[in-house]
Amino acid sequence: MSKKIWVHAEVADGKIANVTYELLSKAYDLAGEMGDGTEVEATLVGSGLEEEAGHLARFGAKKIYLADDSKLKLYSPVIYAPILADLAAANSPEIYIFGATATGSALGPAVAARLKTGMAAHCVNLLLDERKQLKALVPSFGGKVIGEILCPSKLPQMASVKPGIFVKKDPVPMPKRVEKVDLGVYEKLFDAKGLEAVGVVRRPPEGLPLNEAQVVLCGGYGIGSQENWNTLEKLAHLLGGATASTRPAVDEGWTGEHNMVGTSGQSIRPKVYIGFGISGATHHICGMNESGVVISVNRDEESPIFQVSDFLVQGDVNVILPALLEAVKSEME
Amino acid sequence: MTYNIAVCVKPVPDPKHYDKVTIDPVRKTITRTGIPTLLNPVDKNALEAALQLREQYTGTVTAISMAPPDAGEILREALAIGADEAYLLSDRAFGGADTLATSYTLFHGLKKLEAAKGYSFDFVLCGCESADGATAQVSSQLGEWLGYPHLWNVFSLQEVDPKTFSIKTKLENGYMEWRAQAPLVLGVSRELNKPRFTSVMGIMKAKNKPLQVWGREDLPEAKDEFLGLKGSPTQPGEIFTPDMKRSGKVLAGTPEEIAGRIVTILRANGVVVGG
Repeated sequence: MSKKIWVHAEVADGKIANVTYELLSKAYDLAGEMGDGTEVEATLVGSGLEEEAGHLARFGAKKIYLADDSKLKLYSPVIYAPILADLAAANSPEIYIFGATATGSALGPAVAARLKTGMAAHCVNLLLDERKQLKALVPSFGGKVIGEILCPSKLPQMASVKPGIFVKKDPVPMPKRVEKVDLGVYEKLFDAKGLEAVGVVRRPPEGLPLNEAQVVLCGGYGIGSQENWNTLEKLAHLLGGATASTRPAVDEGWTGEHNMVGTSGQSIRPKVYIGFGISGATHHICGMNESGVVISVNRDEESPIFQVSDFLVQGDVNVILPALLEAVKSEME
Repeated sequence: MTYNIAVCVKPVPDPKHYDKVTIDPVRKTITRTGIPTLLNPVDKNALEAALQLREQYTGTVTAISMAPPDAGEILREALAIGADEAYLLSDRAFGGADTLATSYTLFHGLKKLEAAKGYSFDFVLCGCESADGATAQVSSQLGEWLGYPHLWNVFSLQEVDPKTFSIKTKLENGYMEWRAQAPLVLGVSRELNKPRFTSVMGIMKAKNKPLQVWGREDLPEAKDEFLGLKGSPTQPGEIFTPDMKRSGKVLAGTPEEIAGRIVTILRANGVVVGG
């Protein structure tokens, strides 16, 4: 029997989340490297997902294990974890990858605990060692240190990866092969007391999603005021880009947490990143260092962000930001 | 209602100083000389949630940590903030633990405590992640070992009735809402509450509160195959500091000139400026 690399497909509002396609794309490459006809497969849990399963096939999943029931519409660790752990125990994948999303970060380790196997969290890369075992690269100390995490004696070797780390390939037409999971044995859990998922509330995304923006304007503590933040928003809008933030900017209340970049936020790789008033704490750099070109504006010439910038402006955000807004405006006339 | 609450805490190097973390090139170990040790910041939110529950209802708050012997200090801090008792699980046999072995050790510490106290914990609260390793896996895995429902990234915990809670967990662009009853394991986020400050009175009181250290022999029910390095399915390989250095060309001139050069760079990299 050929080896298998599994990806757990995350569902948000009835659709497969983008991170799943990124993970499938990486899994496809790893399967090629592993050789011997290694196949990529996916697990999918939710309600009314038969159609969506087709997308997984187009991104390389040779087989999709689908647990589909109206009672599975909302994520719950009480039901999802046993379903996935039992599937993995029965089918013995070599590797099992989850998105390090809000849901995946809770579900993945629960599945790992049930399987008594190891899981590398928030990996920034997944490689194979000379024995074709998973070598996960994991940041710690806010990204200052990268460590290899191996899982040498247990299967599956599990890992979680944030959205935006891997690049999604183009889908190719492919018929889907779905294996429906028999949910009879889980009936008891459906009605279990103690924890009930009530609903999901989405805040409408403000502006362009960060991971789709080609230019990202990121503001840090050095932005200094709500007024400057508003200028940043205006500029991002004119450029067809998005704003991003660091933790201190969120703490100041200039913006919400939704567009925070770094180890406790998102990972981005826009064509151009411009940082305003960002000192460059490792927590933040870890989330933006894959950007195409990095431009930084900061008053302090000692700012660590300058070390990781292609272009640097040692200057006052209060002056540079309005000047840039004017320059862009005049180009539009 | 009476709620008995356990709060899992961890000593971490102060995150403000992570730029000083280096790797010993010969021994291939992490050097963190001179970086002070703190109670993991978000663990304070877990402790605060526990104290608020104790105040709203009645009950007990027990702080527990699996850490090296010098972690007594952060447990003393937890006592000063308001925990009733503290337990440190510390033994060479627990060392080298990954999240699975860590959560297993905490699980057995809690079981032992429950047996000693004659009650079971209604809430087990953890910070949703540690500042240093930041795997964020321990709370979920502890929930699995305990066989309790677990939620992660909890930013709201409200009473519906004294036995039922409305809980919100963060999602990308939104949140998920839950109805839940004890027993529960919750990994809480920093938005859940504002941790109280340590008072002088608290520090005085903490000196007389029980702080006990338990070793391997104190957890006889725990199996060696799940403890410490041996019980850790993940093993660390090489470590390195990523080289993210870029060329750092200086853009100088008047603000207008600098703005013009940025526009040029934007265009050169495929960003449409002004059609």
